[in-house]
Amino acid sequence: MLEKALNGSRRYWTWVFFLLALVGVGFVNYLYQFKNGLGITGMSRDVSWGLYIGQFTFLVGVAASAVMLVIPYYLHDFKKFSKIVILGEFLAVAAVTMCISFIFVDLGQPMRVLNVIFHPTPNSILFWDMIVLNGYLFLNIIIGWMTLSADRKGVKPPHWVRPLIYLSIPWAFSIHTVTAFLYAGLPGRHFWLSAIMAARFLASAFAGGPALLIILALIVRRLTKFDPGKEPIQAVGKIVTYAMIANVFFLGLEFFTAFYSQIPGHMDSFKYLYTGFEGHDRLVPLMWTSSVLAVVSLILLIIPSWRKSESILATACVALFISLWIDKGFGLVIGGFIPNPFDTITEYWPTLRESLIATGVWALGFLVLTLLYKIAVTVREETSGIEIEH
Amino acid sequence: MSMDRRQFLKIAGISTVLGLGGASVMRGVRGSEAEASHVMTNEKALTAKRWAMVIDVSKFRTEEEYKRLIKACHSIHNVPDFGEPKDAIKWIWTDTYEHTFPTQPNEYMGESVKEKPFVLLCNHCANPPCVRVCPTKATFKRKDGIVMMDQHRCIGCRFCMAACPFGARSFNYKDPRLALKPEDENKEYPTRTIGVVEKCTFCTERLSKGLIPACVEAAREIAKETGTEPGMYFGDLDEPGSEVRKVLSACYTIRRKPELGTEPSVFYVIGGEKNA
Repeated sequence: MLEKALNGSRRYWTWVFFLLALVGVGFVNYLYQFKNGLGITGMSRDVSWGLYIGQFTFLVGVAASAVMLVIPYYLHDFKKFSKIVILGEFLAVAAVTMCISFIFVDLGQPMRVLNVIFHPTPNSILFWDMIVLNGYLFLNIIIGWMTLSADRKGVKPPHWVRPLIYLSIPWAFSIHTVTAFLYAGLPGRHFWLSAIMAARFLASAFAGGPALLIILALIVRRLTKFDPGKEPIQAVGKIVTYAMIANVFFLGLEFFTAFYSQIPGHMDSFKYLYTGFEGHDRLVPLMWTSSVLAVVSLILLIIPSWRKSESILATACVALFISLWIDKGFGLVIGGFIPNPFDTITEYWPTLRESLIATGVWALGFLVLTLLYKIAVTVREETSGIEIEH
Repeated sequence: MSMDRRQFLKIAGISTVLGLGGASVMRGVRGSEAEASHVMTNEKALTAKRWAMVIDVSKFRTEEEYKRLIKACHSIHNVPDFGEPKDAIKWIWTDTYEHTFPTQPNEYMGESVKEKPFVLLCNHCANPPCVRVCPTKATFKRKDGIVMMDQHRCIGCRFCMAACPFGARSFNYKDPRLALKPEDENKEYPTRTIGVVEKCTFCTERLSKGLIPACVEAAREIAKETGTEPGMYFGDLDEPGSEVRKVLSACYTIRRKPELGTEPSVFYVIGGEKNA
């Protein structure tokens, strides 16, 4: 099926080469970072994780969201998802590719990355994160590829794929739970030291990932002959709505615990992010942008007649995605480091090179996504009208 | 030289017997005394069950004295100075009471303590979160309680920096060798490479030669010169008669963020106007 990615329109190739160019720019800047060290980023002794780890965290959520299509389709026999479940699985593959790349570009000694395998350390959450992320990547590659190639041949996928699909469900939850545990188990980082962290991560994942999927499905419909269908998109829209409500509710719980208890350590990071703290307020405009977009998206999503309009649904999804991208891809990680263990403040802002490297990783992910979607869409176009049960 | 089958088997047989013999001899040795260690230890080496430090801040008088402690450490350990806080590498440094003990604030504290610099370094926690989170065991706890780093194994993920509640860890954001003048370099101690984490080691390399940590030695020298008592003590927390235990039983001491359960091995005597 791979050959289907090699046969496309002029527009397709322009897009592919545009992404390749961004990957190239990112790669050149990465080589500079490789030689000169992470000092070229905005990270510091006090804020020792930044844009890279933030994006990694956010994208783990996007990856996990495939399960929101897999559960209704495979466990509840919700047939309407039969055509788009592949879009979710391939989005997961692209997202995990970005996650692993973001971890890699964040390492000070990337050539030693295999030390994690040579010296396995089960007490480290990062060790488990490596296992669950790679496992999830392979599960989705195998499941997506096998079901799609079976569709193409007009046959059922092999029997052994079924258990893998069931396995991928708890596995999706595991990747985001383990990623939350990276943060939630650290003493002295009050902003992260919260039992609701994993639940909040999952809620935001099941809102942000499917929102992106809706946007992608609408783009696919506009650009190709493959129509994912109106009903499945509406169904995903409902999932996004419920998940976003849960996410905002969980964030509210964090606010309550911090500000009703009045414990300084619990309040300080929130104060820094939303009002500024001791004269430092670089992230305040960003965090309020995120909050406003969250509210706007919720209003658009909750009112049924608005949600049913695809253009309003798309607007809501874009607003929601940007909101969560700021909140989780930036504020969550940076906020945890501010104030630092001495109760003083060192602010963080990514450098140009750092941003270009991050853009390169995103471009790499979108390249993987484009190629996989091209293959999936071509198969769907060829087999349109034929329904095959997985 | 050619060899026929018979000769080959003879030699192979002999070497097998010798090989097995050698292995059994080795097993015997390892089983008895030379347990697990193939390196001969220096007889003069200082050993302990749990190394600890007490810092009596009331004993220091001038900014100059603190600078001597820091220089004693940073010069022998090839700690680079980039001249800015963003990429700073610090093994030992000073800060105010407010920043050292942020969870024990007291706004009505006297100026003598409020303005007093406190010496900060790795706490060598008995329950170190940095060791718990390291994905490669590059940071680990030794049998003598020292939290140590293997900079050849560190992948530079900086998980340990997020985990340390004391800000004791520094990352080599830049090539540390660029900030070291060749004439200042201590050839006896390794320099580090770019992209790894480092911190205070309680001078393991000096302990193994029978020397106390460089900062404690500097504090003793200062005391000798000024005719006072030293501001730093070092010893075995598990040994009731040790120097640190004597100070701990005689003075009221506090530790940084004990509520987190990491069990720091560095204690502070605060003192105040009357003790000073």
